[in-house]
Amino acid sequence: MSDTAKMTSLEKVVIRFSGDSGDGMQLTGSLFSNLSAIYGNEISTFPDYPAEIRAPQGTTSGVSGYQVHVGSTRIYTPGDLADVLIAMNPAALKVNKRNIKPSAIVIVDEDAFDKAGMNKAHFKTENPFLELGMTGIQLISAPISTMVKASLSESEMDNKSILRSKNMFALGLLCWLFNIPVDTAMHLLENKFKKKPAILSANLKVLVDGYNFGHNTHASVSTYHVDATDMPKGTYTDVKGNQATAYGLIAASEKSGLPLFLGSYPITPATEILQELAARKDMGVKTVQAEDEIAGVCTAIGASFTGSLAATSTSGPGLALKSEAIGLAVMAELPLVVVDVQRGGPSTGLPTKTEQSDLLQALYGRNGESPCVVIAASTPSNCFDYAFMASKLAVEHMTPVILLTDGFLANGSSAWRLPDLDNYPPIVPPFVHADMQETWKPYFRNPENGSRYWAIPGMEGFEHRVGGLEKDHCTSAISTDAKNHQRMTDLRQAKIDRIADVIPQLEVQGDPDAELLLVGWGGTFGHLYSAMEELNAEGYKVALAHFNYISPLPKNTEEVLKRFPKVVVCELNMGQFAGYLRTKISGIAPLQFNKVEGQPFMVEEIKEHVKSIINA
Amino acid sequence: MENKTYTAADFKSDQEVRWCPGCGDYAVLNSIQKAMGELGVPPHMTAVISGIGCSSRLPYYVNSYGMHTIHGRAAAIATGVKVANPALMVWQVTGDGDCLAIGGNHFIHAVRRNVDINIVLINNEIYGLTKGQYSPTSRMGFISKTSPFGTVEEPFRPAQLTLGARGDFFARTLDVDLKTSQEVMLAAARHQGCSVVEALTNCVIFNDGTHKALSDKEFRADRTIVLRHGQPMIFGKNQDKGLIIDGFDLKAVVIGENGITENDILVHDAHCEDRTLHFKLGNMTGIDLPKAMGVIRDVEGSVYDQAVAQQVTDAQAKTPNRKLKDFLKTLETWEIK
Repeated sequence: MSDTAKMTSLEKVVIRFSGDSGDGMQLTGSLFSNLSAIYGNEISTFPDYPAEIRAPQGTTSGVSGYQVHVGSTRIYTPGDLADVLIAMNPAALKVNKRNIKPSAIVIVDEDAFDKAGMNKAHFKTENPFLELGMTGIQLISAPISTMVKASLSESEMDNKSILRSKNMFALGLLCWLFNIPVDTAMHLLENKFKKKPAILSANLKVLVDGYNFGHNTHASVSTYHVDATDMPKGTYTDVKGNQATAYGLIAASEKSGLPLFLGSYPITPATEILQELAARKDMGVKTVQAEDEIAGVCTAIGASFTGSLAATSTSGPGLALKSEAIGLAVMAELPLVVVDVQRGGPSTGLPTKTEQSDLLQALYGRNGESPCVVIAASTPSNCFDYAFMASKLAVEHMTPVILLTDGFLANGSSAWRLPDLDNYPPIVPPFVHADMQETWKPYFRNPENGSRYWAIPGMEGFEHRVGGLEKDHCTSAISTDAKNHQRMTDLRQAKIDRIADVIPQLEVQGDPDAELLLVGWGGTFGHLYSAMEELNAEGYKVALAHFNYISPLPKNTEEVLKRFPKVVVCELNMGQFAGYLRTKISGIAPLQFNKVEGQPFMVEEIKEHVKSIINA
Repeated sequence: MENKTYTAADFKSDQEVRWCPGCGDYAVLNSIQKAMGELGVPPHMTAVISGIGCSSRLPYYVNSYGMHTIHGRAAAIATGVKVANPALMVWQVTGDGDCLAIGGNHFIHAVRRNVDINIVLINNEIYGLTKGQYSPTSRMGFISKTSPFGTVEEPFRPAQLTLGARGDFFARTLDVDLKTSQEVMLAAARHQGCSVVEALTNCVIFNDGTHKALSDKEFRADRTIVLRHGQPMIFGKNQDKGLIIDGFDLKAVVIGENGITENDILVHDAHCEDRTLHFKLGNMTGIDLPKAMGVIRDVEGSVYDQAVAQQVTDAQAKTPNRKLKDFLKTLETWEIK
């Protein structure tokens, strides 16, 4: 380290990596977040990538971004505006103008800012920074392409392959800027590219050159340091929501003793769940990549009938296609976990962007009176817990459970302490037992929770038929009897309602004497919690009630909502949860804060909204 | 349980069968139950999955595990059942609308994947449960409630569709021919992989006599041929007609005429990998050439549910007793002390 360099300690810093979708910015970003996490920082990440796999090079539509929030204190979001931007070309600079602070450090590859690059991004003048009004930034301009070419001139790689290492130069530069020992980064790369020695040696060389470039040429620039966090002891990994969801299903399979089956069809942003589980045959997981969304859920229903812990994963358009089959699982009273990783809608909508607009579809998007359980994860890592809980509720109550996550949780990541399954509750499948054989019928129910018992093929003496037609409440023969249909409708609803007895109460966080209660659900937790914390620190009396259980609602929901003078329901849709609460709880008139931009909330915009209400 | 023998009666449920009197589905149900009795697989290891339509009521009448699902999706649900538990004997009962219209996609993919399920496609060329609309197998020009001026679309031929989707088992039977029905059901069940049995049935109410030209005692022997592996392709009331290859086509001939002897007649090879001849046999309509009954194709191939199970076995052999916590340790991790 240079002795002359100044080093500033930061509590939190937001770094945004940005470039062409082929520039490897997702990889660079995730490597940097891993490095920070290994160092002991809190991390939260969020990729922001285009729907096109490779949009025309150098254009604004092809810009791919990855944001990392690093902190020495608890971090709940990937951050609002970036403190540091790495822009590998003019288009990346242009697109991210609105994503960075006015005084941000901006690192650019000056080689990419030639006439052709500037034209592709439609700059009209020669100075992109002035043109964008970025007058307050601290610019670190480096001829990255030229230096990478020089660095690897001895190698036998072709020009195109050489330039692919540009992102490693940027990573080296960042290691210098944040005082991360380059050895740690080298070690990480050695693991990452273990099987590709040629690429590894090129990347290592460029990484070190990037680090040295910063060190030698900008020795007088202030560098930064983020202290290690005081995190609980344990083994950690960096986990994305989709991974955590897959692992949660495996955990539930292990805990219940039921083999795991996933029927699914690839769909952004849910596909990784299928990919993760397809790779886990070593733990007995069976997956079927079905011919369509309907077959995805139907194979799962078949597997459930057979005694598997059965799941299907999808996003909004897929959930729409699955609705009839979910109704079959409601009617046949079979356990089924449906994971909906929400994205922007309606129709094909914004596949790679995040939204919470499938809530009403999950609650009501089926024909007939068709109640099922709806729960939502609220952080990338707790996708594990809620996938586990979704499985537990599905199996123990013989019902479909829809687990809502979203693109933000699915692709975002946070540090996750590896779970100890001993700390998770048991999952007990309600199998029939031999002494029931004489009297048992398929719709005999456990009086404790209203769930029917489960008899699966292979159990002798329990052969039976289920299906989508209404059945007699007792004998399970087909029935069109008027009173019986009412009775079965009531029984199906009561079974779901009684799940409120076994789910946790709604917690209120923040100021107990708050004059304003923020209400949220699912993936917006981090932003709402951060806003609440910062508002409390600024003296505003604000609390937060964040829902993970939506159908049924926690039992104390009414009491909580009526406890506070003002309630603001914040969600990434036009007010679906607010409307649901109004129908479920009479006499409340919550305010709403809604956004449908395909992007997560910004902490700042929530704070401003709250202040405008309180100060009004 | 392997020692126990079963009869058709073991597979009769307590439910009263409620198809229209004279419906061809009764015969199909009987032949399936007879085949089940002969297979030696107990009721609790048998699953019957159906979609929606008259034929799809069948699982209620079979004493086994059964699911009467939703329209068109039986193939997908049966796939899930079989993949989750390959030890089960899985039957799928479906009709021409359920299987080939709304369920067409699942059907071709179940066939292509070669999931070990026995698909019984009950084809009466009409929508019965909705009271008489044309189906994807109704003949061009067919007049029904939704085609009062006659249909203007070509029908599917289930044999072509199955073989085109790379199916390795296809058989056909007539509701009135109990002997062949039972034979093909048994062959379908014993075939490893996806088997398709097309059962031509009569709908007495909405499409009475649709297969009359084939099924009537008067013409049946001359207009149909029952194919048996290893047997010459001989048919006719007097067993004097046969099939030969003429150029690229099949041709019906009379033994003893034009110097044709029994040695000239084709011998049926259901196990032939090449499907060209099976395609031609499946395509015979009963007009110039007799409609083929019996097992037209029966070739063994890689079976989907077994292959999935094998991958699991192989993966588990490499890392025995692997638990989630063992797997998570293989990820990139770091310690906070």
